[in-house]
Amino acid sequence: MKHFWSFLFFLVPVLGVATFVFAPHFNIWLPRDISEQGRTIDNLFMFILYLTGAVFIVTECVLFYFLWKYDGKSNEKPVIFSHGSHALELVWTIIPAVTLLFIAIYQMQAWANDKMDPPAISYTCEVTGRQFNWDFRYPGPDNELYTQDDIVRTDGKLYLPVNEEILLKITSADVLHSFFLPNLRVKQDVVPGMAQKMWFKGKKTGGYDIVCAELCGWGHYKMKGRVYFLPRDEYDAKLAEFTAEQNTMTVEVPEEE
Amino acid sequence: MLSSLIYDYRKFAMSTVTAETHAAHGEHAHTSSFLKTYVFSLDHKIIGLQFLFSTLIWFSVGGLLAMGIRWQLAYPWRAMPLLGNMLAGPEGGQIAPENYTMLVTMHATVMIFFVIIPILAGAFGNFLIPLMIGADDMAVPVLNMLSYWFMWPAFFFIGASFFVEGGAAQAGWTSYPPLSVIQEAAPGSLEGQTLWLLGVTFVGIASMMGSINYMTTIIQMRAPGMTMFRLPMTIWAMFITAILQAFALPVLTAAGFMQLGDRLVGTGFFLPEGAMANNSPMETGGGQPLLWQHLFWFYSHPAVYIMILPAMGMVSDILSTFARKPLFGYKPMVYSISGIAGLGFIVWGHHMFVSGMNPMLGMTFMVSTMMIALPSAIKTFNWLGTLWGGKIQFTTAMLFAISFVSMFIIGGLSGIFMAATPVDIFIHDTYYIVAHFHYVLFCGTAMAVFGGIYYWFPKMFGRMMNDSWGKVHFTLTFVLMNCVFYPMHILGMQGFPRRLADPYHYETFRNLLPLNQFISWAAFLLMASQIIFVINFFWSIFFGPRAGRNPWKANGLEWQAPSPPGHGNFDFQPIIYRGPYEYGSPETDEDYYPQTQPPKQTPESAEGKAPVH
Ligand code: HEM
Ligand SMILES: [Cu+2]
Ligand SMILES: [Cu+2]
Repeated sequence: MKHFWSFLFFLVPVLGVATFVFAPHFNIWLPRDISEQGRTIDNLFMFILYLTGAVFIVTECVLFYFLWKYDGKSNEKPVIFSHGSHALELVWTIIPAVTLLFIAIYQMQAWANDKMDPPAISYTCEVTGRQFNWDFRYPGPDNELYTQDDIVRTDGKLYLPVNEEILLKITSADVLHSFFLPNLRVKQDVVPGMAQKMWFKGKKTGGYDIVCAELCGWGHYKMKGRVYFLPRDEYDAKLAEFTAEQNTMTVEVPEEE
Repeated sequence: MLSSLIYDYRKFAMSTVTAETHAAHGEHAHTSSFLKTYVFSLDHKIIGLQFLFSTLIWFSVGGLLAMGIRWQLAYPWRAMPLLGNMLAGPEGGQIAPENYTMLVTMHATVMIFFVIIPILAGAFGNFLIPLMIGADDMAVPVLNMLSYWFMWPAFFFIGASFFVEGGAAQAGWTSYPPLSVIQEAAPGSLEGQTLWLLGVTFVGIASMMGSINYMTTIIQMRAPGMTMFRLPMTIWAMFITAILQAFALPVLTAAGFMQLGDRLVGTGFFLPEGAMANNSPMETGGGQPLLWQHLFWFYSHPAVYIMILPAMGMVSDILSTFARKPLFGYKPMVYSISGIAGLGFIVWGHHMFVSGMNPMLGMTFMVSTMMIALPSAIKTFNWLGTLWGGKIQFTTAMLFAISFVSMFIIGGLSGIFMAATPVDIFIHDTYYIVAHFHYVLFCGTAMAVFGGIYYWFPKMFGRMMNDSWGKVHFTLTFVLMNCVFYPMHILGMQGFPRRLADPYHYETFRNLLPLNQFISWAAFLLMASQIIFVINFFWSIFFGPRAGRNPWKANGLEWQAPSPPGHGNFDFQPIIYRGPYEYGSPETDEDYYPQTQPPKQTPESAEGKAPVH
């Protein structure tokens, strides 16, 4: 077939775009977002996707066009003996530079919101990663961690009030882990010897996955947890239930840190 | 001073060698033993081929490890046919979770440290640098030989690590402590990890010796007339890469020794106070796990450019040759690789956005990372400019080079998502990252390597590879690798995490199994289709048609030497009159204009062809 190779390369933009167009129909896309800042991240993702998508389509089509037009078998004209163009170099340096700088500045606020300005509230819960489990310590009625009334849970289930600002303290008991809530678009590595803060607001009740996203050993794959967002009253009831449960178990004194 | 001494010595040696080569009609003048010629050879071409064969063997090892990963992701916990017993050990073909983490660790380790880095610098760098600059050999041939032989302890350590108690390293190719330091933390953190560190250290020593040699050679041993701005892009890229290596490697080596110290004598550089895992005895600590990440990425980010700049150089040469037209924007190309190299040292933090590093620092790394996409963009536009207005010959080498350009666009653009810090919070450590680096490293660098092999094969072995089978190999590789790696972007979009033996028990990822099975089958076929290449390669070494000096009608200096070049490379003293990209020049009637061909205007400049005795 004439121009077989040009068309082979033309498949790149065609199938490349098609993959992203059809993926949602197969239910493969950004997972359901239930958080507040998740929307900013998704919007930023989509913005970059459209922008890079346009660059992708244009450059790949130019490549296809050149391969097709300047195929040595069909191109009768002599080659263009050119070593470059100063003007073009300037154009394709300045335009991408400005665009990239724009993306850089445009996202700074989102980053600051997600990682730099924690809300001025007390910790909702302390999360500890250990091989291969997530442990949770709630401050209990006095709202203070590391006191007698703390509630310690080791069943990998985290309960949080919905529609409220949450501030987590996250640490590790052994190696690195990463506390990843795909549906809230938050992720933070936990590092032994360091305490990290993580904050977000869940807007929908229900249970969602907690994934460990940093290789932590052979059982990394099963270091799974669930986070449940509950209305305030159910949440309070749940914690009261935990306290009662804990008081009946005299053996389990919360370990001091 | 020292280098000029060396230079004088080489010049002296060259004149005698060329004389001898003439006398022996291209045969090896020194009637040296087999051992000296082919094993402990000082000849850069033999050393280059030694690197080539060693790395290609490791390429297949790394590929087989990847097959194990893909099997597990397609059919979790099902016994793997064929390879199962080899990869999985005594579990009867089922890949145990600790073996899965070993597979991902060792796949990356082998591919990065034993394939990509040594094949570019070691194989192509060695073979091409003296030939392309008109030297008879490297500046310090003994150092060159040692740089190859120092790979062998590394081969041994990494190879042996599969057989020690607990198996090979399992802490990822990034070897983050404490997992990699506390012996109880993982089975592979027993001797496996120590051997891993020793292996990587030896690769480092080997690369260091190579890069010192390359820098010296390129600065000191260029033939008369070969100014820096007449060097082919391949050589510029090798030069910049050597500088990157020389500055970045000491940091990795030091970090490696610190980790060895932590593991063997309890120095605790990377362990916080009281660190423990899996009921290990408490460590004294006093260190910081993040310190390792900083040191590791301070090397490993520049290393990703070590893994692509030479490929970019080779692609530039191949594109220009087969577009039959000058490289578009030679100087901007040189400046952009220099820019990449410079910026490459201040972006390492983009691997650590969510590591717990100061988020303000993350912001600055984000800006520098955005800026490093710029030189990559400039290079891409110049490659397109090179094709514009040419007379493109679709040889196998050219197809691989074009596919490099096409694929690098994807890999470069996906980098922008990850450079955007808020987006990276979500896609960090997901398959989006895996897609990104396979697009730059496999679809990019590995394609350039294949292209380079098809292109320089005639020079290496004096025979041509079969072009039709080359095209079959190209087409299958091109189509299948896209089936493998492109869908990984949308896996990553869903948050599908990397290095997870069985992600399907998470509700969020359950529906991704069919797509993973598709990817795995494409990967198996991709692996199988490389057999075509292997057969073509070996068959052509012995039975390919003879190539002659310049089968592609190319300008580069290497094409004026005999194929394969004898000891001392050139059978005449090369004098260089112009850059390597003067295809289609109006100054000559041919469509190419070799660098050594004297210009018409100069009357009777016979010196160009006359051997200097
Ligand atoms: C266009 C320029 C590029 C940009 C903006 C860029 C950006 C990034 C970023 C931000 C990451 C970290 C992602 C994360 O872990 O969350 C990353 C990872 C990576 N990049 Fe790039 N990149 C670029 C080009 C390249 C090139 C040319 C190569 C290699 C030849 C490369 C190889 C890698 C590798 C191997 C990783 C993953 C390392 C790992 O975590 O195992 N990148 N890149
Ligand atoms: Cu983990
Ligand atoms: Cu990087």
